[in-house]
Parts: sequence; C-alpha cells; structure tokens
Amino acid sequence: MKILVCISHVPDTTSKINFTENDTKFDINGVQFVINPYDEFSLTRAMWFKENQGASVTVVNVGNASTEPTLRKALAIGADDAVRVNMEAIDGLSVAKQLVEVVKNGGYDLVLAGRESIDYNGGMVPGMLASLLDFNFVNGCVGMEIEGSSVKLTREIDGGNESLSTTLPLVVAGQKGIVEEKDLRIPNMRGIMMARKKPLNVVEPVADESATSIESFSKPAPKGTVKLVDADNIDELINLLHNEAKVI
Amino acid sequence: MSVLVFADSAEGKFKKSAFEVVSYGKKVAEQLGSNLVVLTINASKNEDLYVYGAEKVISVSNDAVQTFNAKAYASIIKQVADAQGSSVVILDSSIDGLFVAPMVAVALNAGYASNVVALPSATSPFTVKRKAFSSKAFSNTVISSDKKVIGVSKNAYGIHENAVSGTIETFDAVISEADLRIKSEKNEKFSGKVTIADADIVVSAGRGLKGPENWGMIEELADVLGAATACSKPVSDLGWRPHGEHVGQTGKPVASNLYIAIGISGAIQHLAGINASKVKLVINTDPEAPFFKAADYGIVGDAFEVVPKLIEKLKAFKQA
Repeated sequence: MKILVCISHVPDTTSKINFTENDTKFDINGVQFVINPYDEFSLTRAMWFKENQGASVTVVNVGNASTEPTLRKALAIGADDAVRVNMEAIDGLSVAKQLVEVVKNGGYDLVLAGRESIDYNGGMVPGMLASLLDFNFVNGCVGMEIEGSSVKLTREIDGGNESLSTTLPLVVAGQKGIVEEKDLRIPNMRGIMMARKKPLNVVEPVADESATSIESFSKPAPKGTVKLVDADNIDELINLLHNEAKVI
Repeated sequence: MSVLVFADSAEGKFKKSAFEVVSYGKKVAEQLGSNLVVLTINASKNEDLYVYGAEKVISVSNDAVQTFNAKAYASIIKQVADAQGSSVVILDSSIDGLFVAPMVAVALNAGYASNVVALPSATSPFTVKRKAFSSKAFSNTVISSDKKVIGVSKNAYGIHENAVSGTIETFDAVISEADLRIKSEKNEKFSGKVTIADADIVVSAGRGLKGPENWGMIEELADVLGAATACSKPVSDLGWRPHGEHVGQTGKPVASNLYIAIGISGAIQHLAGINASKVKLVINTDPEAPFFKAADYGIVGDAFEVVPKLIEKLKAFKQA
C-alpha cells in the first residue's frame, strides 16, 4: 500500500494573527509554523499502517521553499520521503489540481489529509482531490481500518458517529480520533538525523488554475470588556441574558 | 439563470440550517436579479420552506439515499443545477455540507467558498466574507469562475422569514453504482439529546468540575435551557466525557447564540473553536482565567455553588 499524506504548513495555534500590505497578506513576522494539527493526526495513522501493515508513506506539500522545515518534521516523525510542489498555494482547487499529478505519478492508493487547515479553514482540498481523481472520499474521519483493499471507517456526524465501508483507492480527511492525541509523536534525535538524509523531491507545478482569490483580510471588532455579575446576584445575570443579550 | 439552494434534512425533517440557507439564498437571488430554486432530498414537508422565500422547490425522492451519502448527494445537486441552469449553488457548512460541497464544486467546475458569514458584499466581482484563522479573522474572497458554490456558516446570517406562495416539482435524479461506493453500515446517535450543531445554547464544562461524577448539574442546566452539553479537551482526554462533546480547535466548532463555559480556563485552542458563538458566559473561580477576556458576561465563583443556584433561578424564570 502506498500512502500519500498531505501536509499543510500553518501558523501555530497560539500565533498572533495580523496582516500587512493593506490587509492583503498574512504577517508571518515572529510566527512559528507547524504541521497542521489535523494533518498530524492523519500522518500518525499513516505511520501505524507503515509499521503494522507494511505501507510506504510519502508526505507532500504545495508551497514555496519556506515549508520545507515542516516537511522535514514529518520525515523525522517517520515518513519515508517527501514531495514539495514548488508553488504558492492560492486556493483549494489549485492545490487539489497539483496533488492530482502527484498522486498519479506516484501511484498512491490512499491519500490521507486533515479535515481542514487551521489557517484558511476551507476544508476543500481532500474532497476536490478525490473528485478530480475519481477516488472514494470520507470526510471528518475518526477511525479507520484497512484489510486488503477494503476499508472500514468511522466519521463524525452531528450528535454521533457513522460507520462506513468502502474500497481503495481512497482519500480520507482525518481529525482527532483517527488517532488519539496521546498517540501523536514528537520527533526524537535519531528521527531528526535520519530525516536529513531522506529524499525531499521538489517538483515544478503543472499549469495552475484557481477559481477564488483572497482580496483582503479583516479582524473581528474588538471585544468589549466582560460584564461581571456577583455570584450572589443570579437574578441580575438572568435579567442581562434575557433583556440585554436576548439569548434566553 | 437561477440560484440553487440545497436544504438538507435528516429522516425527512429539515435541519435548522436548511431554513438559514434558504433565507440566505433568497437574498442572493434578489441581489443577482435571479430566481431561487430549492432542492430537497427525501424531505417530507417541502412546503415548510415557503415561509423563508422558497418559491420553487425541487423535490427528489430516492430510496438509494434514505441516509446521507455525500457522493450521491453531490451528484443529485449537480444534476439539478444543470437542469435549472444554476450559476450559484448554496449549501450549509455543517459536517455534511462540508463533505458534499467540494465534490459539487468539482462536478460543476465551480469556485467554492466555505464558511461564509455574510451576504456577498459585491456580485461583480462576486465577493464573500469567510471565516479564517479559526475565527480569529475573516477573508474577503472573490470567486472568479462562472459557476459558484457557497457554504454558509452556521448561525452567521440567521433565519429570516420572507413568505411566498411556492410550488413543488419532483425531479428524477440518476444515481449510479459509482455514487454509492461509500456504504453506510451503522449510524450511532446519542438519542434524545440536542446536538452541538443544532443547539441555540451550549453548556460546556472543564476540569474545574473535578470529576465525571459532577456532570449531573451540567446536564440539568442544559435540560433547563434546552441546550447541548459540551466539554473542554482535557475533559475528553481524561475520558470524563465522550469525544463527541469536545469543543475547540481540534474538536467540534460551536456557533451557538449563547455559550456557557463552566470551569474552563479558556486556552487559546479552546477559544478558537467557540469564537463564533454570539454571547459567552463564563463561570470560573479564578478571576485571572483568560476566558474572562473573551467573555461577554462573567461570574467569578465556585461552579458548585453558582450552577445549582443558576438552575433554580432559571427554572423559576422559565415558569414565569
């Protein structure tokens, strides 16, 4: 089984979100970049398939050279090799179209990704990729087992879970549950040393096509200060929730 | 040319988001000087959509999709969009909506914007405001393709009445074997409970509750308010509550009208998941808890004293 894991290079959750150039560009000044947390859950599941079912694991990112440390981290966690498509990601469709080429050229039968990236939160690439490839697709996956070419999955639904069955080839967008938080791996020194020698192939993009573009960013209006209510004055709280906030 | 809205239902009954996307679609159709067409799949009371402006409902009944099937739904939406000459397709951005929409976009060769929080600010170029950076910012996104798919973020636009006298047409969609390659084996729902996705009010508790045996009062408070229960990440990691209740960055997103956080300090990862809630009430013993900075209302106090009092007073309020 050949697995491709899509890795987004995203600002750490605790980053300050600011914009430059008239609010048209994300300000990367002082921002620490990490493997997108949703992708990390899927990568960890891929490592399990590698160790227990003999799969090979390739990681891929569509981005410029600045994303390479993030790919190296995925290699240090245990992926066999990495591919970087040398292109600034514009939108979900343009990224999906680049990944189509990577999947076809590499002959992957399972593509794992995260449910969404924590920067643009679009949640588009896995579904678009599956459609473009005519692969099966499961979104929001919280559990996954493979036997031969048949796959059993669990996905989250409103208020519960749904069990699904399908076959490879398949694209899966994972989230917490596909592995647990405690299963996530911190690269050790040996992994980091080995990652330096693993192949990281840079490929040039195919003609890029995007259908959307971001014109500008804005931030939510600053929050007013909290209204504190005395713990002995619950009547006042109920009054505020009812008459002022109008939520009860 | 038309605007096509997919109004989602489960077991025949419309989801709340269906009324919101129809309300939204009605306005977009007005902005574009176009007609609104609403698609439903195996829904039982299509006429319920008239009140939100659905002048034309296309009803698909098909036993092959008695339960949700993303690929088959995407195929049906594409067929109806083609038949109706739709230039804009609107869905919700729920778990299921986000599953279907990317496939619809590829099928229609359309640009897709998910998590849209407002009506288009312009129609030429077609510009929508979307959530980004886990609700810490918004992006103004231009969709440049001829056809467009929009996923409306829950509770961002709201449900607006706009009554019309509508018509219902049936449509025979073709569902192929290839559309059904993902088979649903079992559907496990926590029955009889309000889901976090549907709830107007969410009552959430954290490690401040000290142990799973103390959740009785959280459930009682949720019952009184008709609310869903949720929890912080450490609580689900400790196994005090099921994973499905975990809200925050890596858990479920919350976009309720009122979010009540009890004994949750308000780590940035938690706030990222609940930011989209309109009003936040925080109950915490620690006046320095970061959550108070993100809250609208706060009580500095012990949950074990405040929550029972709140339940008692709310019961009296509800009866009044």
